[in-house]
Amino acid sequence: MDYTYYPGCSLESAHSSYSDSVKSVFKHLGCNLIELEDWNCCGATAYMSVKETMGFAISARNLALAEKYHRDIVAPCSSCFTILSKTNRYLKQLPDLNDKINQCLKEGGLEYKLSLRVRHPLDVLVNDIGIKAIKAKAKYSLEGLKIANYYGCQIVRPEKDFDDREEPVTMDNLFSALGAENVYYPMKVKCCGGMLMTTYEDVALKLSMENIESAVNNKANCIVTTCPLCQMNLEAYQDLINKTFKKDYNIPVLFFTQVLGHALGIDKKELGIDKNLTDDIKINGKLLHQLV
Amino acid sequence: MKIVDIQAPGRLSRTEEDLRLSFFKQLEIIPNSEKIKSCIQCGTCTGSCPVSYAMDLSPREVIALFRAGDIETILKSRTIWVCASCYACQTRCPSLIKVTEIMYALKRLAMEKNLYPPHFPIHSLQESFVKIMNSYGRLHEARLLVYYFIKTNPFKLFSFLPLGLRMAKKKRIGYFPEKIKDLKGFRKIIKKAEEFDMPLIQEETQYLKGAVGYGAVSKETVLEPKIK
Repeated sequence: MDYTYYPGCSLESAHSSYSDSVKSVFKHLGCNLIELEDWNCCGATAYMSVKETMGFAISARNLALAEKYHRDIVAPCSSCFTILSKTNRYLKQLPDLNDKINQCLKEGGLEYKLSLRVRHPLDVLVNDIGIKAIKAKAKYSLEGLKIANYYGCQIVRPEKDFDDREEPVTMDNLFSALGAENVYYPMKVKCCGGMLMTTYEDVALKLSMENIESAVNNKANCIVTTCPLCQMNLEAYQDLINKTFKKDYNIPVLFFTQVLGHALGIDKKELGIDKNLTDDIKINGKLLHQLV
Repeated sequence: MKIVDIQAPGRLSRTEEDLRLSFFKQLEIIPNSEKIKSCIQCGTCTGSCPVSYAMDLSPREVIALFRAGDIETILKSRTIWVCASCYACQTRCPSLIKVTEIMYALKRLAMEKNLYPPHFPIHSLQESFVKIMNSYGRLHEARLLVYYFIKTNPFKLFSFLPLGLRMAKKKRIGYFPEKIKDLKGFRKIIKKAEEFDMPLIQEETQYLKGAVGYGAVSKETVLEPKIK
């Protein structure tokens, strides 16, 4: 099956490993991701929250560009996914807004006819391809892996899309089918602080610390996430968290496609595991990719 | 019931009346935003909010203040800028109030009216974001940080150096912003959208001549809005 791929700004630079791993996992499972020609930034929360029509207009530009291919659009970044699907939903719900936005798009020679579906790779993997098919293609078992599944807040909210808003289980089901153990992790949709890490560091550090603490206390040996900003906050700021709160956490934070890719037997380099700042996952003193 | 029918108890000051009208206009683009009137003040939003401990007004208080007719206090508080938009409040609200969206509406109102909390320049991040977006069509993270800290606290930039170096070693920093190809068309879309985002004519309310102070600013004394 073919999908239109919307990488988003963050996946182009700081989180290219996420983009690489999503692409290689999809390729391995026989799905084509075709990058959207000339996409622009989705607007993210920052833009959307301060300029209403402009926010919707630039986000709708992507939808308009993608519509002509008649494929679902796949956005791995939680923020992009939320914003694009929110725009899509609002345009369908509010005819007035739709009218305004289409006037704007017309200036750029575009039109959006509301026929698109916005998807997250996790949704596509589990609901389109199916856990059974993935399991059939899996090369290695994830046995010994104790995963804290961290969904982050924006992938399942604000409206219910493909999973529950408080207790999502898609990722848990996927990894338990592949042999991993999902630890009890009550923080799975708790906020990591997001952009507050730049603007109000004290608060974001505390939130991220609590998320890591819960994973460590529940004896997870890795945190697996779907959101680039969560990954950044939990991983890159782990040193600062240790310094601030006098802890000594050293827990790997990976993207779910990196772990899934490993199970499928995809090369470590292709999954961009080298680009992670924390150490690789260790099971009984051995690195994950050395086990096989 | 429409949103504009929600009335504040008692009489409002002139600025407050203006803020209220603009706020209603901001609420209009949120589906089902009239639910704001069915708040039962249970505090689920505050309890669910991971950052409410750092706010000077809790989300529940924000709604209470709106109903009491004091939007100015809300805009001068840090609350709306501390919100990390995780949607926990909105997910759990038993009255189905779109709390996070209301926070956004308040942010837009603050930007429009230039009313910010003192010594708390978080809104500069949003401004920097808009600036970069409008010139490239895509976000450039490194530039966003630089712009933001130049505006707020340039010395803070140095504290990012160690992390920046670690990221650079792993080739995780993009040094040059990527531009989209059809920047012309993109700007045209933005320009058109900007027209819709312009402050509203409705706010140019005319008041009775010679009317000053509290007594002069209730609904009855305000003339019909003058349309240019």
